[in-house]
Amino acid sequence: MAITLTENAAKHVQNFITKRGKGVGLRIGVRTSGCSGMAYKLEFADEVVGDDIQFSSHGVTLLVDPKSLTYIDGMELDYTREGLNEGFKFNNPNVKNQCGCGESFGV
Amino acid sequence: MALLQISEPGLSTLPHQHRLAVGIDLGTTNSLVATVRNGISVVLNDENGRAMLPSVVRYLADGKVAVGEAAQAMQSEDAANTIVSVKRFMGRSLKDVGEISRLPYRFVDAAGMLQLRTVTGVKSPVEVSAEILKVLRSRAEAALGGELVGAVITVPAYFDDAQRQATKDAARLAGLNVLRLLNEPTAAAIAYGLDNAAEGVYAVYDLGGGTFDISILRLSRGVFEVLAANGDSALGGDDFDQRIHCWLLEKNHLSALSPQDTRLLLTHARAAKEQLTDHAETRITAVLSTGELIDNVLTQPEFQELSQNLIQRTLQLLRRALRDAKLNVADIKGVVMVGGATRMPQVQHAVGEFFGQTPLTNLDPDKVVALGAATQANLLAGNRSGDEWLLLDVIPLSLGIETMGGLAEKIVPRNSTIPTARAQEFTTFKDGQTAMSIHVVQGERELVSDCRSLAKFELRGIPSMVAGAARIRVTFQIDADGLLNVSAREMGSGIEAAITVKPSYGLSDAEITRMLHDSTQHAQDDMLARALREQQTEAEQLLEAVQHALEQDGDLLDQSVRSQIETKMNALRNTLQLTDHPAIKRAITALNDATVGFAQARMDKSVARALAGRNISDLEVES
Repeated sequence: MAITLTENAAKHVQNFITKRGKGVGLRIGVRTSGCSGMAYKLEFADEVVGDDIQFSSHGVTLLVDPKSLTYIDGMELDYTREGLNEGFKFNNPNVKNQCGCGESFGV
Repeated sequence: MALLQISEPGLSTLPHQHRLAVGIDLGTTNSLVATVRNGISVVLNDENGRAMLPSVVRYLADGKVAVGEAAQAMQSEDAANTIVSVKRFMGRSLKDVGEISRLPYRFVDAAGMLQLRTVTGVKSPVEVSAEILKVLRSRAEAALGGELVGAVITVPAYFDDAQRQATKDAARLAGLNVLRLLNEPTAAAIAYGLDNAAEGVYAVYDLGGGTFDISILRLSRGVFEVLAANGDSALGGDDFDQRIHCWLLEKNHLSALSPQDTRLLLTHARAAKEQLTDHAETRITAVLSTGELIDNVLTQPEFQELSQNLIQRTLQLLRRALRDAKLNVADIKGVVMVGGATRMPQVQHAVGEFFGQTPLTNLDPDKVVALGAATQANLLAGNRSGDEWLLLDVIPLSLGIETMGGLAEKIVPRNSTIPTARAQEFTTFKDGQTAMSIHVVQGERELVSDCRSLAKFELRGIPSMVAGAARIRVTFQIDADGLLNVSAREMGSGIEAAITVKPSYGLSDAEITRMLHDSTQHAQDDMLARALREQQTEAEQLLEAVQHALEQDGDLLDQSVRSQIETKMNALRNTLQLTDHPAIKRAITALNDATVGFAQARMDKSVARALAGRNISDLEVES
């Protein structure tokens, strides 16, 4: 099992990291939000932390903490454009339900 | 699902809490707020669909403050307490502001920046501006449904450091986080540059209510470089009103009007000016407090003649800017018109004639600055990655220090691009001199007394040596907002002193604190309203989530626990009818506590599901 990026997403991530000027990769995770909901975390990573699990996808390093991995294992990130908006889309096979816009979810 | 953006480490947003940022055009006559929504820069209207907020603030005897249309309506009746065009007073002393006798205010001279005596006390221009910003801030928060993370506020390119600092202080007082101050012409260029994406050298002719700015910009490969900036921070549409006002006085053989009548006639003068944009003539009728009737007809050619000097003055500054940029009229590929006053046909005509081409007016000249600022704010708030602009700006006036004999020694010449750092070495004047006073000044004149004093500080502890032996390196650093940091270092001993300018009008931290304190009453109302709204939203989300969980995994609970949870849910629903936010919070906590065991049970179930079919050795290999 792993976390992966689509080729397009990887291209964008690499581009963003280059423009940002620093960073070892992308940190992906979940955190609890409210009573039973969870929310995704998507951040630049400046360093690898102790128990980080690392994946590599199309040359981009992805860092996930072990706790989060349970909830997002097998997930693929895509980068898409919707109308004038653009950003990362999370295709998470673990999701059982999510709020209207998909920003928080349950497993 | 929603499209997410990458955040800086530790900065990812909670669901539905995005980084809302706005651009604010804090104008002399009107102010606007804009934001980027779905990738497009839009001006935010008030509940009546009006984009422009008149930059007018009225202080009432009962302590209330009216801003905008409501204040403007009372301009004539309550002239002394109704502050118009306060931007002209920002960071300015009485001596800096001309024509004081014509203004209906009770001025109080204070060190550096003048103040205004109103029915609710003495107000600084910073406080008055903050009232305008507060209205724009709450408009934006209502329109965007959340708290703002920051704002880009535009200032004339010609503003000196004192005026820029005053603008920042006003924003702070209004509870706004300033992401950056942006020169107005640069903001206009961003708005136009994006829409047209045409390379070349452009002139931005910005004739607003109270300020005139001319900027020569080069747009190439998405980079805006300001080649030269010039202008007059006391020339604008208001002056055209003044001209009509003076004409009315002459025509009717009037002198020394009461403040009320002055405002009344100025209001009529402004209406007449606006009429003449698309009418050949206009009639001005008014009744003065003395009972005297004013009834005159002003024609477009007459107005053109009245305002000719003002337009000529703008063209003069334009020529100077071209000279600074070492360019000819022929080098200018396009001319961008900004500011409501550029709607006047005689202005468009004169500018068109000067450049030998029709100026660009395809964006609303009143909105173009706010739109560009919003684009920049969106970028700075971190809502957009990639295709960033590098904004090369210039400092409008030279910066330097005072040397022996009261002479100004320039260290950073005007039109230097910022951010920048420059250094120069100085030495001691007397044998055994152990201290040196550094006086930071801004201006083009040779004598310090003709320049603007920005700050003073002392470098102490210089080792005793003969005159001329010490080497003191003075470094000027200017950040992207145009704000200045000066440091002095004695090279032999390494002793150092520095100052952040903190211009000499000097709003001390204590004063800022006092002003903030003054505004807490209002802030407290805001805070209570926000707390209530937050608790209500949280309660609704929680109720929904628990309901959902019960429907799905209700079988994990025994009946007594379930009914206990349902009781707590009902209790929470009941508190929602009230406006008592602590009660809602207590009910939320109670429901959360009641569901802890349930949440744990659900978590165990889902983990078990996730691990089903895998054996422990697989997991060990992966971790």
